Amino acid sequence: MRTPIFFLIWLAIGAAVFAVSLAIGNDYIFFAGYVVMQYVVLSTAWNILGGYCGYVNFGSAAFFALGAYSTVAIYKLITENDFYRMPMPVLMLIGGMVSGVVGLGMGYLTLRLRGAFFAIATLALAVVLQTLVVNWDFVGGSRGAYIIRPEQIWPIGNYVRYLFLIMMLLAVIALTIARLIEHSRLGYGFASIRDDELAAEASGVPTLRLKLIATTISGALMGMAGAPFPYYIGYLQPSSTFGLDYAVNSIAMPLIGGTTSWTGPLIGALLLGSLQQIATVTISSAVNLLIVGCVLVIFVIVAPNGIVGLVHTYLQRKPDDFVGRRHVEADVAGKVP
Amino acid sequence: MIFSFDLLINAIVSGILIGGFYAAVTSGVSLSFGILDIVNIAHPAFIILGSYVAYAANSSLGVDPILASIVAMPAFYVLGAVVYQVYYTSFEKRGQESLRGLAFFFGLLFITEVSLVLYFGVDYRYVDARYIGPSWHFGILEIPLRILVPCLVSLLLMAVLQLFLTRTFVGRAIMAVAQDQLALRLMAVDPIRIKRIAFGISIATASLAGAFLIIIQPVEPSVGREYIGRVFAICVLGGMGSLPGTVIAAMLLGIVESLTSTFYGPSWAPAVSFGFLLLTLAVRPAGLLGR
Amino acid sequence: MTPTANGLLEVDNLGKRFGGFVALENISLSVAAGERLGLIGPNGSGKSTLVNCICGTLRNEFGSVRFAGQKLDGLDAHERTHRGLARSFQLPRPFASLSLADNIRIPLLYTVVMRRGRHHTPREVEQRCAALLHEVGLGDKARRLPRDLTQVEMRKLELARAMASEPKLLIADEAMAGLTHSEIEDILALLLRLNEQGVTIILIEHIMTAVMSFSRRLIVLVSGRKIADGAPDDVMRNPEVERAYLGQ
Repeated sequence: MRTPIFFLIWLAIGAAVFAVSLAIGNDYIFFAGYVVMQYVVLSTAWNILGGYCGYVNFGSAAFFALGAYSTVAIYKLITENDFYRMPMPVLMLIGGMVSGVVGLGMGYLTLRLRGAFFAIATLALAVVLQTLVVNWDFVGGSRGAYIIRPEQIWPIGNYVRYLFLIMMLLAVIALTIARLIEHSRLGYGFASIRDDELAAEASGVPTLRLKLIATTISGALMGMAGAPFPYYIGYLQPSSTFGLDYAVNSIAMPLIGGTTSWTGPLIGALLLGSLQQIATVTISSAVNLLIVGCVLVIFVIVAPNGIVGLVHTYLQRKPDDFVGRRHVEADVAGKVP
Repeated sequence: MIFSFDLLINAIVSGILIGGFYAAVTSGVSLSFGILDIVNIAHPAFIILGSYVAYAANSSLGVDPILASIVAMPAFYVLGAVVYQVYYTSFEKRGQESLRGLAFFFGLLFITEVSLVLYFGVDYRYVDARYIGPSWHFGILEIPLRILVPCLVSLLLMAVLQLFLTRTFVGRAIMAVAQDQLALRLMAVDPIRIKRIAFGISIATASLAGAFLIIIQPVEPSVGREYIGRVFAICVLGGMGSLPGTVIAAMLLGIVESLTSTFYGPSWAPAVSFGFLLLTLAVRPAGLLGR
Repeated sequence: MTPTANGLLEVDNLGKRFGGFVALENISLSVAAGERLGLIGPNGSGKSTLVNCICGTLRNEFGSVRFAGQKLDGLDAHERTHRGLARSFQLPRPFASLSLADNIRIPLLYTVVMRRGRHHTPREVEQRCAALLHEVGLGDKARRLPRDLTQVEMRKLELARAMASEPKLLIADEAMAGLTHSEIEDILALLLRLNEQGVTIILIEHIMTAVMSFSRRLIVLVSGRKIADGAPDDVMRNPEVERAYLGQ
């Protein structure tokens, strides 16, 4: 299947979903649906670096928050005083660019590190960024920032419905990008890095360049997912925006769904995202996280290839094998005669 | 920024004392990550668990928190052994420890933290002991006992651990298992058993570290998260498994944090430890007394 | 034998340490284009370390490496591969989650296909993968995963992967360990064929019959130093070599 067709099919599916939601008319669907779509984007984005390349990023929240805070900054700069409200797609592009550039920078700083060190470095970076934002009074600092959400927007009408539509569109774009990568030379390069970075280098794969591409795309998508968030939530607080909840979800969803292709993060996000929305409303948000943690641990132990892997096994096809990245220097040192 | 000599000296001393405490907190990670190469990012959660155990014993039985945590250490050891066994069977054996192992510990971090929230709630908890409250005064120096006592016991812990690792057979086997598993096997020592013991000890230290923590400051379940960066920063800076290095690095970090907090305000403090970590990783991944 | 200035590969006073351990010291050698060089030495003598330094997997602290007249120092491993240097790993390092065909496809996509002046359709790439696998005797296993292979087959895959980048110089690092006599013959024939097509070969081996029959020149490494460099028969008669290199 050609990628443009893939894109159109999912666009159509998205349009259908939107139409059905409009027909049902319950506003809650849009509120909850927005969050689920957001997680589709976040987990797909995470998976590009984590599942395809094998580099675990604990700092998803930072990229998400950067997108959100660039929206806040623009809002404070020009919109608050009724100057001009920037259209959401533009805000998303800006958020994406900011996060993409930061992703690139983070890559330069950290991608020469062994897998575990890289993961810890991403966590460190997230906290440093959070501290910077908390101390930046222009965007509200630790007090938080208020964004006034417009009531209506042409032609959709209700602004929240508009946000849901935008986020769904972004989800389709994210899935398309993931699939495009998978079927391209870039995807092969990523897989070689994941399986054996040393051998990949010896085979002519420019590993550092590819990893930088992965971090940039991943970061940019997360930033784009974060850009509409202030308008969605109305009040932005650093502690929750930078929260580990985003990190754990963007890792749990692909791991539970399956990391080797675009289907895994989608399934993981749809399932886990919906589950959490239901749990938050019916039980509590703390139990919500407990569920995520437990499901993550169980899946990682019992079903290492996620739901996609389970389906493959059930259908008796060869399950996609996934062997963790081996530590680079250690292996080479181990070969010293 | 009000600069005064008094403030500076006290900040430095306070930093050194806190650093002693940080060393105990990191000792577990020095074992699991520095020596065994297991990225247990859930370690801070086990520390918080230790804090709550100390809290529970202290509030219901009036027992001294440090004593309570020492009594609890065997239980924590068993917990560590179990966790390692699961980790080994599910990940290390299959060679999948990088992605899935990390995710496993991440999940444990969350499960532990959220379970504590559900059981104890999000209120800050304190403990009561004779040395919490009073301070010693030496001229311009003001040393709160609640920081001094944990620091001293912590240094004692580090000394005991170092002796264990260098003088006992099991201890040296632990040091060896990181470097040459085959050699261990040839000596009829099961490397998996050694690693299990080491990881058990690692989690046992968390019990004690947890008691220290709740003596020094009030604790609520998410406090552990700020320690993730600290412990790995200290572990890497201290040379990945070198206990003396860990102590030095911990005190360095303590001093820098204390100075930042005193002169720039506490809201910048988290950036210090994590910034330290990034700097260390970028510049000298082998740490100060690297291996 | 002093290194000439116009060999395909020039190694000049190369040195490598790991902490206090000196793995390689003052290694100088020259490989002419089209040559068949054998590199032998006891276990632990530094052969693989030398290969790693030449190919960029490890950074040497002392000395330099020149390939086709250009300095390689500071270049990443993948850049050296692009210049025409290829190697197989002593312990096979296949891409475990990918099929054999994909294992070959990766070096193809990132070297040959990227060279300017040639355009390759996906079909051509596919055919080339199949052809390479066929040459090493793995043609019918193109769709399988590396974990289904025997150790011996994995070594062949290693070789095929190194060949995929159409190198000017191929370093075969103990590609024949564990093979049967006829399999060794097959690999030797393959390497000879490559050599006839113009590929310079450095063969690192413990199997002396193979090394002696294949190499035009022999270099002996012991404890990180080069102790002999010359025609195979001469080298094997060298008393130092006899002393250092006990047994096979």
